[in-house]
Amino acid sequence: MVKFKMTKSKMNVLKVKKEGKWTFVYIFMIALVAFTSLPLVYLISTAFKPLNELFLFPPRFFVKEPTLKNFTDLMLSLSSSTVPFTRYILNSLYVTVITVILTVFVSTLGAYSLVKHNPPGTRKLFKFIIATMMFSPYVTQIPRYLVVNSIGLVNKIAALIIPNIAVSYNFFLIKQFVEQFPNELLEAARIDGAGEFYTYWKIVMPVLTPAWSTLIVFSYVSSWNDYFSPLIYINNQALKTLPLALRTISGGGASIGRAGAVAAATMLMTIPTVVVFTSMQNKVMETMVHSGIKG
Amino acid sequence: MGCSEMKTEEVIINTHIDKKISQTKFGEIKMFIHKHWVGYIMLVPFFILFIIFVVLPVIIALLLSFTDYNMLQPPKFVGLKNYELLFLDDKIFLTALGNTFLFAFIVGPIGYLMSFIAAWVINQLKLRNAFALAFYAPSITSGVAMSVVWLYFFSPDRYGLLNNLFINAGLIDNPILWTQDPNYIMPVIIVISIWMSLGNGFLVFLAGLQNINKEHYEAAAIDGVENRYQQLKYITLPMMKPQLLFGAISSITSSFGVFDIAVSVAGLPSPNYAGHTIVAHLYDYAFIRFQMGYSSAIATVLFIITYSFGHIIMRLLSTKDE
Repeated sequence: MVKFKMTKSKMNVLKVKKEGKWTFVYIFMIALVAFTSLPLVYLISTAFKPLNELFLFPPRFFVKEPTLKNFTDLMLSLSSSTVPFTRYILNSLYVTVITVILTVFVSTLGAYSLVKHNPPGTRKLFKFIIATMMFSPYVTQIPRYLVVNSIGLVNKIAALIIPNIAVSYNFFLIKQFVEQFPNELLEAARIDGAGEFYTYWKIVMPVLTPAWSTLIVFSYVSSWNDYFSPLIYINNQALKTLPLALRTISGGGASIGRAGAVAAATMLMTIPTVVVFTSMQNKVMETMVHSGIKG
Repeated sequence: MGCSEMKTEEVIINTHIDKKISQTKFGEIKMFIHKHWVGYIMLVPFFILFIIFVVLPVIIALLLSFTDYNMLQPPKFVGLKNYELLFLDDKIFLTALGNTFLFAFIVGPIGYLMSFIAAWVINQLKLRNAFALAFYAPSITSGVAMSVVWLYFFSPDRYGLLNNLFINAGLIDNPILWTQDPNYIMPVIIVISIWMSLGNGFLVFLAGLQNINKEHYEAAAIDGVENRYQQLKYITLPMMKPQLLFGAISSITSSFGVFDIAVSVAGLPSPNYAGHTIVAHLYDYAFIRFQMGYSSAIATVLFIITYSFGHIIMRLLSTKDE
């Protein structure tokens, strides 16, 4: 009994030591993320700043007298614009949702085929995909415009979607995850007589959840914040998306008066991103629970 | 099959053989299609869009690098003149080359390591998702919020956080011109870039960690692999090779492609070209001087540099016979 007691107390000492180490890790990580989350904090705090605090010099990080005036200003400036603001929101949603869905679909299907079916010639294709990732996008912008223009997409909302579906970076990302996919699972499916597309959708996709959840975040962030594509491909005011519309608000003659409205709009635009990020991270975490793979 | 000029008997024999060959060849094609059609069909949607919107523009840009093109008049073929100018006459390009290499050799590896370590640690914490969000915040809020925050730190007047700190501590008497003094521009760009570049690699590593089957750890525990560092060395790192390769390639690509942060810190052109990078140089020629041909030549050189480093990394980290 005495012996048992001793070991138990020893274990407690060990446990305390271990917990102490974890406390240290937590403190360090909290300090680190406090630092990395500054832009997000700033974004929120600025949205509630009254005008005099927005133009304070030296600038203050946190808001002192929070106000909702920026949001009412935003509503006001939106209702006065010729194109209703909901139009931009709908455009943005439409473009982003379709782009994300199609890029996930096209990349997973292609990457799965490249790794597991591996038809002749596709290894070379993969090298090609990597190579194009490394060519500076600034130089290809103008040739790309020429291509989009010659297809007749300019000034159509499709110009914001179709050219952004096949992205080398996205394909590469998924391809790397497919490599970890156990072949035994595919063979089992084949023996069971599952069709190719059924296998892809019902067996491959669930296991690839961490991969496509991550891709959704990347693709969502880049599409939702894409300012460049609408700038060069769209002239029609009614087809523009949020990032460009925001610059139009902030750029107008009364730009100083609208700084508050822009801060409010910027914050509102970030909320869906945070929601998408969080729900996708939850999906990543769920993966192991649902897919009982043996690797 | 090219035997029509031969003698009749031979022709008869030959056509007979040809028929047989074509039968087997047809059979082979049939077999080939039967075996691979699904694979090709699945790749087709990506492939078509990739060729039209990615490959075609790259090829056009490559061709433009051999021309003189101001975007108004049609391109004029000049052979290798752009490349000659670039290496023999353009001293600023050499400065940009030096800056970019310095940047890439520091930010690439440090950013890569930090994002992996962060992912590894955060994956083991409670409130993992909250930590992940806070860590990914710089990537979500790219643009305005980000530049305001770093300006808050590095503002070249007395009110900048760092200057304020140093002056109060008695380390300096006058504020340091972080974003204007050529001696400080590059270090400031490097620090801000490391801070900003962590997001994407981090997220991929985080997903990669979830992609490792827990049974591997259990199996290894039986073999005596118990502590975290052994697990990391014997299971996590080998199992995560695909993600590690992806992270490495994308950090090479983004660190050699440094531009946005450099320009928003130091301007274009930066004082004494202290913050001038290859992409800044390329951007300058493409969108300010309208010399697309020359700009494309710069892009091609940058591509060759990036690809060479990428190739080395692929060799080191590849899982299979790639």
